[in-house]
Amino acid sequence: MTGPLVEIENLRVAFRNDDGGWNDAVRGVSFSLGREKLGIVGESGSGKSLTGRSLLGVLPDYARISADRLRFDGIDLTTASPKLRRSLRGGRMGMILQDPKYSLNPVMNVGKQIVEAIRIGDRKLSGAEARRQAVASLEAVQIRDPERVMGLYPHELSGGMGQRVMIAMMVVREPDLLIADEPTSALDVTVRTQVLSIMDELVTRRGMGLIFISHDLNLVSKFCDRVIVMYAGRIVETLDAKNLHAAQHPYTRGLLACLPSIDGSLEPLPTLTRDATWLEAAP
Amino acid sequence: MTDNLPRPLRLLLGFASWLLTVAITLVGLASLTFFIGRVLPIDPVLAIVGEKALPEVYDRVYLELGLDKPIWQQFIEYLGKLLRGDFGISYSTNRPVLTDLLSFFPATLELATIGLVIGVALGVPMGVASAYWHEKWPDHLIRVIGLIGYSVPIFWLGLVGLFVFYYKLGWVSGPGQVDVFFTGIVPRITGFILVDAAIAGEWEVFWNAVSHMILPAVLIGYFSLAYISRMTRSVMLDQLSREYVLTARLKGASEFTVVVRHALGNAAIPLVTVIALSYGGLLEGSVLVETIFAWPGIGNYLYSSLFAADMNAVLGGTLLVGIVFVLLNMLSDVLYAALDPRSRSLANK
Amino acid sequence: MTLLTEPTADPKAAIRAARWKEFRSFARRFFRNPLGVVGLFIVLVLIFVAAFAPWIATHDPYLPTLTARLAAPSAEWWFGADELGRDIYSRLVHGSRLTLLIVALVIVTSAPLGLIIGAVAGTRGGWIDAVFMRITDVFLAIPKLLLALAFVAALGPGIVNAALAITLTAWPPYARLARAEAMVVRNSDYVNAVRLAGASEFRIIVFHVIPMCLSSVIVRMTFDMAGIILTAAGLGFIGLGAQPPLPEWGAMISTGRKFIFDQWWVATVPGIAIFTVSLGFNLLGDALRDLLDPHLRQRK
Repeated sequence: MTGPLVEIENLRVAFRNDDGGWNDAVRGVSFSLGREKLGIVGESGSGKSLTGRSLLGVLPDYARISADRLRFDGIDLTTASPKLRRSLRGGRMGMILQDPKYSLNPVMNVGKQIVEAIRIGDRKLSGAEARRQAVASLEAVQIRDPERVMGLYPHELSGGMGQRVMIAMMVVREPDLLIADEPTSALDVTVRTQVLSIMDELVTRRGMGLIFISHDLNLVSKFCDRVIVMYAGRIVETLDAKNLHAAQHPYTRGLLACLPSIDGSLEPLPTLTRDATWLEAAP
Repeated sequence: MTDNLPRPLRLLLGFASWLLTVAITLVGLASLTFFIGRVLPIDPVLAIVGEKALPEVYDRVYLELGLDKPIWQQFIEYLGKLLRGDFGISYSTNRPVLTDLLSFFPATLELATIGLVIGVALGVPMGVASAYWHEKWPDHLIRVIGLIGYSVPIFWLGLVGLFVFYYKLGWVSGPGQVDVFFTGIVPRITGFILVDAAIAGEWEVFWNAVSHMILPAVLIGYFSLAYISRMTRSVMLDQLSREYVLTARLKGASEFTVVVRHALGNAAIPLVTVIALSYGGLLEGSVLVETIFAWPGIGNYLYSSLFAADMNAVLGGTLLVGIVFVLLNMLSDVLYAALDPRSRSLANK
Repeated sequence: MTLLTEPTADPKAAIRAARWKEFRSFARRFFRNPLGVVGLFIVLVLIFVAAFAPWIATHDPYLPTLTARLAAPSAEWWFGADELGRDIYSRLVHGSRLTLLIVALVIVTSAPLGLIIGAVAGTRGGWIDAVFMRITDVFLAIPKLLLALAFVAALGPGIVNAALAITLTAWPPYARLARAEAMVVRNSDYVNAVRLAGASEFRIIVFHVIPMCLSSVIVRMTFDMAGIILTAAGLGFIGLGAQPPLPEWGAMISTGRKFIFDQWWVATVPGIAIFTVSLGFNLLGDALRDLLDPHLRQRK
C-alpha cells in the first residue's frame, strides 16, 4: 500500500449558533497517519472528537466541513458520494465510542448487534456463518464464554465487557483504520489496562492505523507512537511519544506540569494559565 | 426490603401489588359514580326514575337503592351489585343497563378500532418522517396536519364532513350504520357489522356499511393520527439523539436500518403504551361522533340517556368506559414489561 | 479578577437586572418562531374581543329579528343570522366571553389544586404520597368527557357546573408534574439549607418546589386551555354547558346542526371560531415548550 492511510490538510468544522453566526470548532487541522498509533490529546471543546468524526463522515448536517485535503487511503473524502462513505464506515474505518451503556443498542442482544455488523459487510452470508464469526470476534477480545455473552443485553454487561463488545463489533470486518474516542474514560482504572492491551494487540496484529483520542496525556503517551496536542480547534504541538518530556509549546508543558508524579515535589501542582495567543494560528 | 426473598415470591408480591393498584383504581372509579349518582342529586330516586314516575315505582327504587340505610352500607351494596354485573335498570328502555351497554358496545369498538388502525398506520410513519427531517419542510407539513387535528372540534368536523362529502358530493352515505333498507337483514353474531355481514355473505350490506362507516372512521382515524404522529415524533427525536444510533451509522448501516430497526425499535416501547392508552381517548371521542352520524354505539346510547334523564344508564356507561380505561392501562403496563428487556431483567434480579 | 464571594453593590437591583435580561433574551427567541407569534396574536385577539365585545359586535346578540331568520351572510349580517334571526357575528363575539370564562374558571381551580396535591405528596413522601397518588391515578383513569357528562347530568346544566366538571379531570397532570419536581428537589442541598434555617414545610413547598415547576406548568396550562375549549364546546354541543339564550359556541353548532344542509353558516362559523382559538393556544403552547423545556433545549 503506497502513501499514508490518512491525509488531512486544513480541516475546518463550524456550527451555526443562535445568532446566525458560525462557531469554529476545528480551525485548520493538518496531519497524516500511516499504520501507526497516533494520539490526539486535548481538553473538552478542543475539537479532537470532531476531527475523528469528520473522517468518518458522521457529523450532523447542521455542521459545515471544509478541508484542502481529506483523504483515506488515497480516496478523496470531500468528493466521495454518501454511498461510498457509508461503505467505508465499518468496512475500512471503525470507531469506538466512550461508554458502552449508551453506545450499544439497549434492546438488541450482543449477538444480534455483532451479526448485523458482519452482514453489512457481506449480505449473502448465512445466519449460521455470521453467528460463528460473531462468536469468534468475541473470543478475539478475550471474552470468556462468548456463546453466553451473545445472548446478553447491553445492560447486563460490565463496563469493560461492554467496551470489548464494542471493539469486537467495530473490528470484525477488519478495517484498516480504528478511531478510539475516549475508549477507556468511562471504565474503572483496573479495567482500563485490560481493554487497552486488547486494543493494542488487535491493532498491532492486524497492522491497523489507530487514532486514539483522549484527554489523558499520560495514557496517550504510554500507548501511542506519536502525539498531537489540540487546543481550541488547532494543533499546538506534534511530537513522538517518547519525546513528550521535551515538549516546546507552553500549553503542553502546562499539561505535563499538572500531572502528579509519585516522586515529585510536595508543592501544590501548578494550574494552567491560558494565554490568549494560543487561540491564534501557529506561525 | 424484599430483596432477600426468593425470586418467585418476589415476582408474586410485585404482581399482587400491581393488582392491588388496579383494584383500588376500580373502587375509586365506582365511588365516583356512586357519589355522582347517590350523593350529588337532591333526590337520587327521582334522578333515576324521572319526575313522571308512579309512586309505586318510586318506592320500589327507593328500597332497591337502600336509601334508608347508612351511606357506607349503600356503597358496599353498590359495589357488590357491580361485581355481579348489576348496573341497575335503565328506566327509559326498561332493560338492565349492562345488557343495553353490551349490545351497543361493539358498534363503538368497531369504529374506534378502525380509527386506531388508520391512526397507527399513518401516524407512526408520519411521526418518524417528522423526526428524521426535523425542522425541514416534511416536519412542518406533518406538524401542521397534526396541529389541525387536535385543535378542531371533532363533532364540528364531522358535521362539515357530512355536509361536504354526503350532501354536496354524494361520495359517502349519510348518518346511520346501514341504509334503512338493510337494517335487520344481517343476523347479529359478533355485533360488528362488517364481520357479521361478511360471515352471512351479505356483500351488499357489507359495502353499504362501509360507505356509512367510512366518514366517521376516517374522522376518528384523523384524530388518532394527529396524536400518534405527535407522540411518535417526540419519542423518535429523543431516540435519534442517542449514541447507539451513531454506532449503527458507524457500522455502515443504511439510513433506513438506522431509523427503523434501531431508533424506531427502541421508540416502540414507550410508543406502544401510548398508543394503547390513546384507544381510550378514541372511545371517549366516539360519544360526540356517534351523535352526529347516528351511529348505534355507546356514545349515542349515552346521549339519548342523558336526554331521557336516565341516571342509571349515564352512570353505567361512564363506569363501563372507565373500566375499559383501566384495562387499557393494565395492557400498556404488560406491554411495556414484555417489550423492554431491561424491565425483564429487573424481574429476574 | 473579582472573586465570587465579594458582595455586589445592590443585590436586589442586580437580580432585577438579571431577570429583565433573561426575559428580553426569552422574548427575542420567542419572536423568532413565527407560529408562536401567530398563536400569541390569536390569544390576544380573543382577549381583546372578549373585553370589548359590546363595542365590537354589530347587533344585540339576544335580540331576535324574525324577519331575518336564517339570513345568509351579507353586509348587514356579517356571518348570517341564526334560526331566531339573531346576528351570528355578534353572538360569536359575545360568546368569546363565555369561552374565556370557562377556560379561566377551570385553570384557576385545577392548576393550583393539582400543584398543591402533587407538591405535598412529593415533599412529604410516605403514606401521604401513596394516598394522594392513588387518588390521582383514579382521576386520571376516568374518561374526561364522560365524567363531565355524568357530573353535569346530576347537577344540572350550566356554565359553572360544566367548569367544575372539567376541573375534576383537569387537575391530575399538574399533580404529577409537581410531585416529580418535588421529589427531585426535596433532598437537594439548597432546600436542606432552607430547612436548617427553620423554614416550614409549607414555605418550602410554596417558595421552593412550586417555582421549579413553573415552566412545565406554563406549557401544560397553555395546552390545557386548548383542550378545555374543545371539551367545553363538546359539552355545549350536547346541551350541558351554558344554556340558551347564552351564545356559547358549542351550543350554537348544536342548534345550527338542523340547518346544516341549506344554511350551513349557522353551524359552520362557530366551529371555525372554536378551531381558531384552540389552534392559537396550541401554537402558543408549542412555541413555549420549545423555549422552556430544558430537555429540548440541550438538543441542537
